[in-house]
Amino acid sequence: MRAAHYWHCFVGIQTREWLRFWQQRTRFASALVRPLLWLVVFAAGFRAVLGISIIPPYQTYITYETYIAPGLCGMIILFNSMQGALSMVYDRELGSMRVLLMSPLPRPFLLVTKLLAMGVVSVGQVYVFLLLALLVDVEPPLWGYLAVLPALILASLMLGALGLLIATWIKQLENFAGVMNFVIFPMFFMSSALYPLWRMNEASPWLYWICQFNPFTHAVEAIRFSLHLEWNPMAFGITAGVTIVFALLATAGFRPQRTKILGTKPA
Amino acid sequence: MTIEAKNISFRYGDKPVLKEVSFALTSGRFHALLGPNGAGKSTLFGLLTRLLALQQGELLLAGQSLKKQPSEAMRQIGVVFQQNALDLDLTVRQNLLYHAALHGLSRKEARARGDRELARFDLLERANEPVRKLNGGHRRRVEIARALLHEPSLLLLDEPTVGLDVASRKALNDHVRTLCDEAGLTVLWATHLIEEVRQEDRVLILHQGQLLADGSGQAICEAEGTRDLAETFHTLTGAG
Repeated sequence: MRAAHYWHCFVGIQTREWLRFWQQRTRFASALVRPLLWLVVFAAGFRAVLGISIIPPYQTYITYETYIAPGLCGMIILFNSMQGALSMVYDRELGSMRVLLMSPLPRPFLLVTKLLAMGVVSVGQVYVFLLLALLVDVEPPLWGYLAVLPALILASLMLGALGLLIATWIKQLENFAGVMNFVIFPMFFMSSALYPLWRMNEASPWLYWICQFNPFTHAVEAIRFSLHLEWNPMAFGITAGVTIVFALLATAGFRPQRTKILGTKPA
Repeated sequence: MTIEAKNISFRYGDKPVLKEVSFALTSGRFHALLGPNGAGKSTLFGLLTRLLALQQGELLLAGQSLKKQPSEAMRQIGVVFQQNALDLDLTVRQNLLYHAALHGLSRKEARARGDRELARFDLLERANEPVRKLNGGHRRRVEIARALLHEPSLLLLDEPTVGLDVASRKALNDHVRTLCDEAGLTVLWATHLIEEVRQEDRVLILHQGQLLADGSGQAICEAEGTRDLAETFHTLTGAG
């Protein structure tokens, strides 16, 4: 296969994802309600009890809304990636996955392109969320919107690959409620999305270390720093490294027979 | 281009689904894979399409192991699955373009080929309608048109008439036979409905994972001493 074949395939998968997004735009819009509730309601209630000191990348005291906005960007990606990965192997996307896997191009390429396509749609949602966040005075520097793009794409690929890995190999988590309780919520709460980790360290050192080992923490920090035009090599490096590892594991370990793609019960 | 199966066995856990199945398809012919529900037809299709990994035996494509040249195999094979594999909210053309892109075709070429296939299936005027608006028979036609977009030499259809009324079933079956005659396509049509199989077809009867008969319908009937395929099918499998 020549490079042009790969390119046409890449464009085809991206195009289809955007077409589906446009068809289901109301569903995607309603998916923004969750992070907006956190931003408007939860943050309003919490800022009264939680003072934020000056911590990098911020150069001044910030509101709690400003603090959790990057975490909520991560949350949008986290939910979408897990939901997307599950739909690839268990429900809505089964038909398209059957078609996808009939391509003569290598499966790892097809799967990563598919995850990337779903990720790009998530990133679109994040930008809509950031625009709405302006209404509650979350105002990152203008160039931050551009600078954050690589971190968002990396995070969505990392979480998409993790979702695919989980959905393929852990049968007990084949429904969204299971993934929500055992993956999404633990990853979200045990991260720096809602509270700075030095606060966690004061409360419980072992929880602090769990948060440090959680790749989602580093994805959120990569988003936070780049959104505020600061470079955080550690957060970026860890996110990129974990993305590569998850993508390799998810694609090399992908077995259609462990899913419902064939139309039968998983073997 | 043809496919040869050599001693294929497959099990889900402890349950054997295919037992030592061997056959070779004849290039350019219509083959009926006949078997009651649960005979192992879909599993066999899973293996042919690489959705299931081969556990035992060998699949050869033009004499070469399918395992060793998966890319070439997928280029040569067109598949229509038992379950719908169309995006219902997208238009007919968008579905075709997606498939063509997956096979590395440029948009321009994909559009030309798509229109040609749709014209062949009398669906060109519906190209811009969402698939959801099409009836079951037309959806199946779109799936076949799509499976032919990359010009495969082997077309696999896994119970393609499931859920269709009698008239649509017959029309679809006739249509695929025409393709076989006109385009020299090798076809493997899986079904549990005896009325979709003709006496002159090459027939493979699969029952409880075993290939019980393989030959022209006529030859099988003669060997079994039965009047027609329906009786043969009933004698061999207790179904039909």
